[in-house]
Amino acid sequence: MKIILNEQQLAITIQRLTHQLLENHIKLENTVLIGIQPRGIYFSDRIVQQLRTLVAADAIHYGKLDITFYRDDVRTGLHELNKTEIPFSIENKNVILIDDVLWTGRTIRAALDALLDFGRPAKVELCVLIDRRFSRQLPIQADWVGRPIDSFITQKVKVYWQEKDGKDEVALL
Amino acid sequence: MQLSTKHLLGIRDLQPDDIQLILDTATQFKEVLQRPIKKVPTLRDVTIVNLFYENSTRTRISFELAEKRLSADTINFTASGSSAAKGETLLDTVNNILSMKVDMVVMRHSASGAPHFLAKHIPAAIVNAGDGINEHPTQALLDAFSIRERLGALAGKKVAIIGDIMHSRVALSNIWLLKKMGAEVTIAGPPTLIPVHIKEAFDVRVEYNLRSALEWCDVANVLRIQLERQNQPLFSSLREYSLAYGVNKRLLDSLSKEIVIMHPGPINRGVEIDSDAADSKQSIILHQVENGVAVRMAVLYLLAGGSTKP
Repeated sequence: MKIILNEQQLAITIQRLTHQLLENHIKLENTVLIGIQPRGIYFSDRIVQQLRTLVAADAIHYGKLDITFYRDDVRTGLHELNKTEIPFSIENKNVILIDDVLWTGRTIRAALDALLDFGRPAKVELCVLIDRRFSRQLPIQADWVGRPIDSFITQKVKVYWQEKDGKDEVALL
Repeated sequence: MQLSTKHLLGIRDLQPDDIQLILDTATQFKEVLQRPIKKVPTLRDVTIVNLFYENSTRTRISFELAEKRLSADTINFTASGSSAAKGETLLDTVNNILSMKVDMVVMRHSASGAPHFLAKHIPAAIVNAGDGINEHPTQALLDAFSIRERLGALAGKKVAIIGDIMHSRVALSNIWLLKKMGAEVTIAGPPTLIPVHIKEAFDVRVEYNLRSALEWCDVANVLRIQLERQNQPLFSSLREYSLAYGVNKRLLDSLSKEIVIMHPGPINRGVEIDSDAADSKQSIILHQVENGVAVRMAVLYLLAGGSTKP
């Protein structure tokens, strides 16, 4: 097991990404954030938490998206369902999709399909904490990356969150 | 995350965990039905036949909508106007349909046990949409979902099932489900319409007085008098039945608390329930219909998902 980000590094990375997002979406005008269930929302929660210290709370539009019904492997097995909460229109908005690990790209494919059923955004960007490079099965890239890593397909990236797993850490197993 | 059964033949075969999973899944589908685009691509590679050997409005439309909202391909079969009228057997009909690569069968039949028979002989997953006087599992599931939505839980709630218990598959499925989920059940109606051993068989209360049953319960599920299944007179007249067992607003207003009114439809207005009660704000009859689509989506999704696990 190798630690990719320890608690402090994780905090700094989230801080940096939050500032980068804000730098490119001044005042968050016309911008909405959507975390992907189930594990991406811990990361998006942290980003939103940071944003609250920087901009007015009512400027932040934050939703959560479950992609289970859009998966391409329903026939081979079922996955736990989670809540979708998008209490605002995404029509003509800049949507920032947020997930913890970008690996094969299949989750993001499903998320894009799911998202488009809620309306037609002006633009969709992707923000991930960990980008497992060179392992994509679909042509999908992130716009904002916490830490790019190179890993074997047999390896696993595990993101631990204090509120869920009792510690803040990213490890390569 | 998987049901413990391959078919949904009856609530009888389900575990409490299965029921919980179906209801929780239905909650997510209900959210889908509130979206601008009320459709998900989940079952786009699944073909479902709706095999209706008996008349139906709500159930057939509800299943068909559920299938379409899940992007499944559907074919509809009704016994009238088909080769069943020429004497083709049930098994032959189904095998012919399945040979056209159909994955699931939703079936309603007037013979109790017809879907169970089919399940023994065909490979496709079967959903019972009502068989004779046996079970109507998706109705019980949507009733439970509606109760849970209104009252927050099933466990500990008091449900009175009122009317023609003898001929009602809705009653049987509801009793199975409510008892499995820890609710209390009272059966109420005239003695001729209540099976003799139901009290011991299901650990339910039996009440012959409508007012006492209503005073006791949190929810009253009023059933339709099924005249088409009664081949001998079991009460003297509809008018007399209505006087003794008809639910109306005056009766509801005279109770010590406000109870929830349900009815699986179709309603015989003025017989088992009066319009002023059926259309009152205590009634969740139309919510039941609305929830039916989400619940059936959940059932189809859970049965189709994982079906080709390598």
